[in-house]
Amino acid sequence: MSSESDQWYYDDAAGPVVRPYAMTRGRTVHAADEKIDLIALVITRHAPGEGDALEEDPGLTPEHLEILDLCKHQAVSVAELAADLDLPVGVVRVLVGDLLAERHVHLHKPVPPAELPDESLLREVIAGLRAL
Amino acid sequence: MAMARTPRRPDPAAAEPVALKLLVAGGFGAGKTTLVGAVSEIRPLLTEESLSEVGRPVDDTKGVEGKRTTTVAMDFGRITLREDLVLYLFGTPGQDRFWFLWDELAQGALGAVVLADTRRLADCFAAIDYFEQRGIPFMVAVNCFDGAERHNPETVRDALDIDEGVPVVLCDARERESAKNILITLVEHAARVAAGHRAPAAL
Repeated sequence: MSSESDQWYYDDAAGPVVRPYAMTRGRTVHAADEKIDLIALVITRHAPGEGDALEEDPGLTPEHLEILDLCKHQAVSVAELAADLDLPVGVVRVLVGDLLAERHVHLHKPVPPAELPDESLLREVIAGLRAL
Repeated sequence: MAMARTPRRPDPAAAEPVALKLLVAGGFGAGKTTLVGAVSEIRPLLTEESLSEVGRPVDDTKGVEGKRTTTVAMDFGRITLREDLVLYLFGTPGQDRFWFLWDELAQGALGAVVLADTRRLADCFAAIDYFEQRGIPFMVAVNCFDGAERHNPETVRDALDIDEGVPVVLCDARERESAKNILITLVEHAARVAAGHRAPAAL
């Protein structure tokens, strides 16, 4: 069976013609239950330099590897990954879910709504904004 | 208005990072994109895709090809306040079919700026109703467009029929300092709202 990467065709005007969900093999929901938040922060688990072995992993598409690369030095939000990869957020959620299930990444979830707003946190935000 | 991406420093030992979210709402052409761009370090565009014509997300793992899809683009920005504290600003999508996206954006948001265009004030009614209903702290920023009459914020407050406690300020969405002050006003307002919930007013 040919991999998704064999199916990428680019038309200069139209851009990639393979529908984005081809990368996720038609899936819209990943293994974990909760919908991954737009501002959840993704960070790659393994140290930089161990990446080469992952490229051999047949379960990881180029997009999975790109996410691992983008997140290896600092946490990146799901929203930013979608923008960086130029993919719909839904697709990125599935990809991140895959990486999470295989323990290739950590996910830092945002502060739960019930704990918002924490007074000291808000003061820190205000101080940070004033300093801009 | 492309902005160069700020290079990130590698810091694998950073404390657990905290990400927070503010929303920027307002009618078409009110200045959401401009406001986000004025303070953001980055300038990406986010794409969301609904999987149903009626605008509700459908969890269906079979035959995605069979569904007609709608793509919604939203502006978002980032402000790194500290190594471990990042603020994200999300511009809300147009109001008609995309309320389910609003719910997702609003979930866990610290607060929202509603940008008002005095030439089309009615465009922000729906956003104000939305945040009032959900108890999300919000404020109104009246964007001063060239050539538009400069209104008194209190006149705008009356026209929009919002509570005394909700900040209504004039702004220029193009100006970084103005945009920054709006965000500060919003977060201060959110802090007051929170304090009010924790300590109900004594009689």
